[in-house]
Amino acid sequence: MNWSSTEQFIAMGGYGFYVWGSFLATAACLAIELLLLRARRRHALQQVRAERVRHEAAA
Amino acid sequence: MSTGLIHWFRYASPQSFYPLAGRMVPWFAWLAGLSAAAGLWIAFFVAPTDAQQGESYRIIFVHVPASWMSMFLYLVMAGWSGLGLVLNTRLSGMMAHAVAPTGALFAFLSLWTGALWGRPTWGAYWVWDARLTSELVLFFLYLGYMALNAAIDDPRRADRATAVLALVGVVNVPIIYFSVQWWNTLHQGASVSLTRAPSMAATMLAGMLVMAFAFWMYSIAAALARVRAIMLEREAHMEWTHKLKEAEA
Repeated sequence: MNWSSTEQFIAMGGYGFYVWGSFLATAACLAIELLLLRARRRHALQQVRAERVRHEAAA
Repeated sequence: MSTGLIHWFRYASPQSFYPLAGRMVPWFAWLAGLSAAAGLWIAFFVAPTDAQQGESYRIIFVHVPASWMSMFLYLVMAGWSGLGLVLNTRLSGMMAHAVAPTGALFAFLSLWTGALWGRPTWGAYWVWDARLTSELVLFFLYLGYMALNAAIDDPRRADRATAVLALVGVVNVPIIYFSVQWWNTLHQGASVSLTRAPSMAATMLAGMLVMAFAFWMYSIAAALARVRAIMLEREAHMEWTHKLKEAEA
């Protein structure tokens, strides 16, 4: 085990800003991508529904 | 033999690939989550403190996998682009477009985490070094690819134009990879190579490889989820999308 306390873990030997800045930015970017993907899927499904309604109206 | 071929090509149509991709996404997502948890555990609790760099070296566990993925995904994107130009299948262009945003994300993360690692070790967030500059070019290639795709209304024309851009830009990938050998750079050489033993502790290497696997699985899940959305967008006028259960009002 590298750390004897939570404070030590957060401090990262004085490099906390750089280490957490890297890991948290990575986590945030991936989370944002997943949210954007969900929004894109919902939007695409709305497009499909709108097209289906148009098709049924035309038929 | 002939039936095998037919089965294989069957999945080249969006209509049959859409449900298949939908079944694969959760598997890759779970693999990504589990391996990321294991990788982070190794990165913070198993791998020892570095003798020279102290704890700052732990950035390696996201920096190297993100950089690998940014280059690898570009090759995947260029591969699908080339296939699309040759075979002219609908799926190829969609797959190439599905990979691009995730690749751009990893190129950005490579630069970002590299900057945060460069400051404590080199004393600068950024230097115009061959490795850094060529990675920045890679990021701009991804952005240019996506901008070009968004600028052309006709999807089939957009597929061809972006495919050419992707294939021209692929020359940048070996430049990034070999930049540390070809030029005298501040960036260190490869810590892991196929031809010699890795120059790092076994647990550090293990953590890096597990994180790389996690990013790999994440990328596949994200690209498959995105290609499903692209299929719906492009084929919203076609009957197969209207019959989907999730498209019911």
